[in-house]
Amino acid sequence: MNRGDRRRMVIEIGGLAIALDCAEAGFVRLIEENYAGFLAPSDAPAACEFTIELAPPRQVNPDDDVQVSFADGRWCVRRGDFEAQYEPCSGRGWVRHTANPYSVDTLLRIVHTLLLAPEGGFLIHAAGAIRNGRALIFAGVSGAGKTTICRLAPPDVILLSDEICYVRRQNGGYVVHGTPFAGELGIPGVKVSAPAGAVYLPARGETHALKPLKPAEAARELLRCILFFADDRELAANVFASACDFVSRTPAYRLEFRPEPSVWEFLR
Amino acid sequence: MSELYPARSPATAWRRLEDEVIVMAAQDSTLFTLNEVAALIWEAADGQTALATIVRDRVCAEYEVDFEQAYRDAEELVQALAGHGILMVSESPLEPAQS
Repeated sequence: MNRGDRRRMVIEIGGLAIALDCAEAGFVRLIEENYAGFLAPSDAPAACEFTIELAPPRQVNPDDDVQVSFADGRWCVRRGDFEAQYEPCSGRGWVRHTANPYSVDTLLRIVHTLLLAPEGGFLIHAAGAIRNGRALIFAGVSGAGKTTICRLAPPDVILLSDEICYVRRQNGGYVVHGTPFAGELGIPGVKVSAPAGAVYLPARGETHALKPLKPAEAARELLRCILFFADDRELAANVFASACDFVSRTPAYRLEFRPEPSVWEFLR
Repeated sequence: MSELYPARSPATAWRRLEDEVIVMAAQDSTLFTLNEVAALIWEAADGQTALATIVRDRVCAEYEVDFEQAYRDAEELVQALAGHGILMVSESPLEPAQS
């Protein structure tokens, strides 16, 4: 296929742009639909450039873990249906996967964790919302109540995501950005951001109750929810330091809540 | 009793958060939270200072506690942390630990 048939798409999340170059028109349309709220102009500069090659469908084990390792100056990413390489020096890479939009999600999540870790940021398995100019993070594994809290949000709340939030160290503090990664709500987040206001660890209960967490406990809980795939001690130490720094600046609470809209009036 | 010299393993990342210390083992990212007394011992575990000195100068100086009892507890702690691979214990001084 000649160069003229390829299309460059730029997806910007958390202020970091990643360019994807793909020749398959149908897959390009799918990506453009899925990431509509996060597309930058196709000629926008990007932190890294990936060429997408689509592979024929094949049987894979859905429980395969993704492996991310660094060797010979490049990151190598592997899973059953997915393979990618990325060279930080040149900012270029390629990815080969089946025509499954979730593979692009996987690529974006992994690359963003690699880009964020050295600069003091992280992706976290959490719902996020902006209210009164502050970003509230509801961190937890599936079933903790992240999506329920999003569904109960009053109209003045801007939902950043019900699945994954993007936290960057900016302007001497931490800023939480929306992401296109949707959870059970099935709705992508919004490309907006706000300074981190508070972290909540939700759990359903009979009533609404808030219990402040000591920073060490908050750091432990947060680290359980942070997405990090690379087998790399230095980057892991960066993420650890960022999580500790984040909880020393951001109040964290265990939130027991009854699934009713009044929970939003209860949040600090 | 022989002297013991505890030293933080360089294969850890750690951070004091208020009165506690959180430690991450680099090998498998396991997390450990140390309470305020354990945190004092951890921070003083430079491989050059004997455990008895740490207990006397840091723990007993800070808390009203009997030295013998505090030492037994401290020895139990450092052996447990050594068992998890995040602390080294030697009967002679070790190279200074990386923080």
